[in-house]
Amino acid sequence: MMYLKAFLVGGLICLIAQVILDNTKLSPGHVLSGLTVAGGLLGGLGLYDKLIEFAGAGASVPIASFGNALVKGALQELNQNGLVGVLTGMFEVTSTGIAAAIVFAFLTAVTFNPKS
Amino acid sequence: MRLEQPPVIVGAAAVAGPVEAQGPLGHEFDQTYPDLTIGQTSFEKAERQMMIDACNLALKRAGIEEKPPAVDYFLAGDLLNQLITASFSGLEVGVPMYGLYGACSTFSEALAIGAKLIDGGFADRVLCAVSSHNGAAERQYRYPTEYGSQKKPYAQHTVTGAGAVVLAAGGEGPRITYCTTGKVVDFGIADPFNQGAAMAPAAVDTIEAHLKDTGRSVDYYDLIVTGDLASFGYKMAVRLAAERNLTLGQNYRDCGVMVYDLSRQNVNAGGSGCASSAIVTCGHLLKEMARGRLRRLLVVSTGSLFSPTSFQQGESIPTIAHAVALEA
Amino acid sequence: MTIREGTSQPTQRSLYKQMVARSEPAPPKLRNAVMAFVSGGLVCTLGEGITDFWERVLRISHKQAADPTVVTLVFLASLLTGLGYFDKLARHAGAGLAVPVTGFANAMTASAMEFKREGLVFGIGGRMFQLAGAVIVYGVVTAFAVGIATGIARLVR
Repeated sequence: MMYLKAFLVGGLICLIAQVILDNTKLSPGHVLSGLTVAGGLLGGLGLYDKLIEFAGAGASVPIASFGNALVKGALQELNQNGLVGVLTGMFEVTSTGIAAAIVFAFLTAVTFNPKS
Repeated sequence: MRLEQPPVIVGAAAVAGPVEAQGPLGHEFDQTYPDLTIGQTSFEKAERQMMIDACNLALKRAGIEEKPPAVDYFLAGDLLNQLITASFSGLEVGVPMYGLYGACSTFSEALAIGAKLIDGGFADRVLCAVSSHNGAAERQYRYPTEYGSQKKPYAQHTVTGAGAVVLAAGGEGPRITYCTTGKVVDFGIADPFNQGAAMAPAAVDTIEAHLKDTGRSVDYYDLIVTGDLASFGYKMAVRLAAERNLTLGQNYRDCGVMVYDLSRQNVNAGGSGCASSAIVTCGHLLKEMARGRLRRLLVVSTGSLFSPTSFQQGESIPTIAHAVALEA
Repeated sequence: MTIREGTSQPTQRSLYKQMVARSEPAPPKLRNAVMAFVSGGLVCTLGEGITDFWERVLRISHKQAADPTVVTLVFLASLLTGLGYFDKLARHAGAGLAVPVTGFANAMTASAMEFKREGLVFGIGGRMFQLAGAVIVYGVVTAFAVGIATGIARLVR
């Protein structure tokens, strides 16, 4: 059941992004940044986590969940350490994704050459 | 501008990459390459090698064998920042040089300036060369090669290749009789993926100016070609010209459409880049003139004079087109 | 109104722009939308499957398995980019591959690969974040704004 929900919600988010890309002059960079901000704002309202509970990977895999994770980290530390926690907490939850991306991008770049 | 003593094209050569070799004019190019790096360590170095190869072949055709070659000037341009392809090629060619930047209009710009140097008595022989390279252009102007983006249907594919021409005061071959220098034209198109539409007004403007200058009609020419408007830009040019009472009909074609098979090859609207007009002219059209199938040709290379910076700052794309008349 | 010689330059320009906008060939919107939906859905479903896999193999909770899932997806996207297949797939899948974290990994890997010729420091190191940087910047700025706003809202209450 979760698989079906993941498929539908994930597909829907991608569909919305595709429609925006095809009907405006916005670049992929614009749309992905917008999705990240949206994920962050919904995370601030506590809504994005509910979406993750509902659709699993359908909500946690799209880039919007990155915005949500950053906000969650900031809010967690805010609760514990006050305002300075907003800065210290941000990357706690998200560091895995960024670290993995940097490491694999580096290793792949060193190994392979661009083709055509 | 009419040339009093029209210089002669005594040698020309076109070299092209794999995608162009598989296109409809593939067999017309003097040399083709199997991939984009041709054994070099970067796309930029490969483009340099292509320009040098084109120059050497053109010089050989003109019967100029010595090194450094017996030409008075080397006029060259390309699309890369600071004209590194032209400059490093100039180092190899070893004669006095002027680097030119007209974006994709550099081919006819080089021919025009070379022709004027000879007509004005400043030179007896001039070597003109331009090049472009798909890999090098994409990484500078647009996205990295392996980036997963979707291209819009009106986007173009930068032609990989180089064209070189040797002009001389005397000799056998087609002559450059008229040059019409373009003005910068900007009709407000700001989408760097839609260069054809941005350049069409410049092409129309220059063709109009040329016909007015020379008193000729469109039908005077067996063929008028624009450099790289591609299929969408071509349509816009025809329509815009019609609005201005100029009929661009059966004798009007675009090199960006001629160099690829749009139905079979994955090139969206067609070719772009300095090499678009250069390899079609040097590889195919000049040979058609030699075969007697073309006698009066107007080459109108078109260029988009923008940069990633100007685009990101919200500017539209200023464009230019230069026309040279080649007559057998 | 058509563009006729003799009308003012600005009018000609705006009429030309309108003509271009009307005539621009459109991408196959319906096909792109369907492909994005299906491929995006498949990537997320794959993500769900990978989460289940790690949950069982590493004996951790479903929530904890999210981290290794992201690493797995990033690895796969990076590898496909290196092998030259990602851009071919993305041409058809569009947002379906760009929106999930696979798109982020592809952007970083493609940039790093492209600028390899400029060396380890200036090229791979300096240019890796060229495309993906905006996502990180705006994610962080949003988190900062939301965090500060929440903090102030609490103080005020």
